[in-house]
Amino acid sequence: MDVPLAYYLCLSAVLFAVGAVGVLTRRNVIVVFIAFSAYLGSIAGQALVFFVMAVAAAEAAVGLAIVISVYRNRQTVNIDEINILKW
Amino acid sequence: MTAESLVFFFLAAFAVTTAVLMILERSPLVSAIYLIANFFALAALYLLLRAQLLAVLQIVVYTGAIMVLVIFVIMLLNLGDETRARVRIHPRTAVTIVLAAGFLAEIVCAVFARGGAAASVQGHAPDTLGTVESMGDALFGKYLLPFEVTSLLLLAAILGAVVLARRRG
Repeated sequence: MDVPLAYYLCLSAVLFAVGAVGVLTRRNVIVVFIAFSAYLGSIAGQALVFFVMAVAAAEAAVGLAIVISVYRNRQTVNIDEINILKW
Repeated sequence: MTAESLVFFFLAAFAVTTAVLMILERSPLVSAIYLIANFFALAALYLLLRAQLLAVLQIVVYTGAIMVLVIFVIMLLNLGDETRARVRIHPRTAVTIVLAAGFLAEIVCAVFARGGAAASVQGHAPDTLGTVESMGDALFGKYLLPFEVTSLLLLAAILGAVVLARRRG
């Protein structure tokens, strides 16, 4: 008796939901990033996962560069204070 | 209850626990370390799914590269604990949890409504499914174009990161 597919799907759904809560509730850009990565850690077709990993690596590099540059200009990474693009 | 499902439930519990601890933790550094633990559990789950190469890549790319980068930035910016919001349960937090729970229920319903709930993963997958050899065949054969486009994307990301983080002047 093997592990049914549905268990894996439910596990990735739970991890995704936890990641979604993390992205939307944290006040710190860095933690939002960490939650985003957990978000992408779902289990899919292997080649697709390979490309997802490459895209996530690129996203992490650019995102952290943006964080550094925002911190350099504003001296804060609190997303409630970085609001000049907010309507 | 076979050994394989025991291992699965152990890893699943570990992954969910570390994920929840990660978003509850207030120190960014400790949060990042929980995420690394989470990635190790995911890598072991990839092994259960016959994705050997992806399991290794998960550890090398995520834990080895991305998380080192994240931790490096946390230490570079010298982030302290997050300031706690005045209200214990922020309205935004409550809304988020409700939305995420609804989303989760929707996915779980969709999974079981498809009727394939009892289908087993391991029954169909040969043990050689995710070896370096078969992944290489796929990436340099059927998925050659996306593979090459990925290298362009990484080049653009490297240049973009350098330009963004460069000190003006």
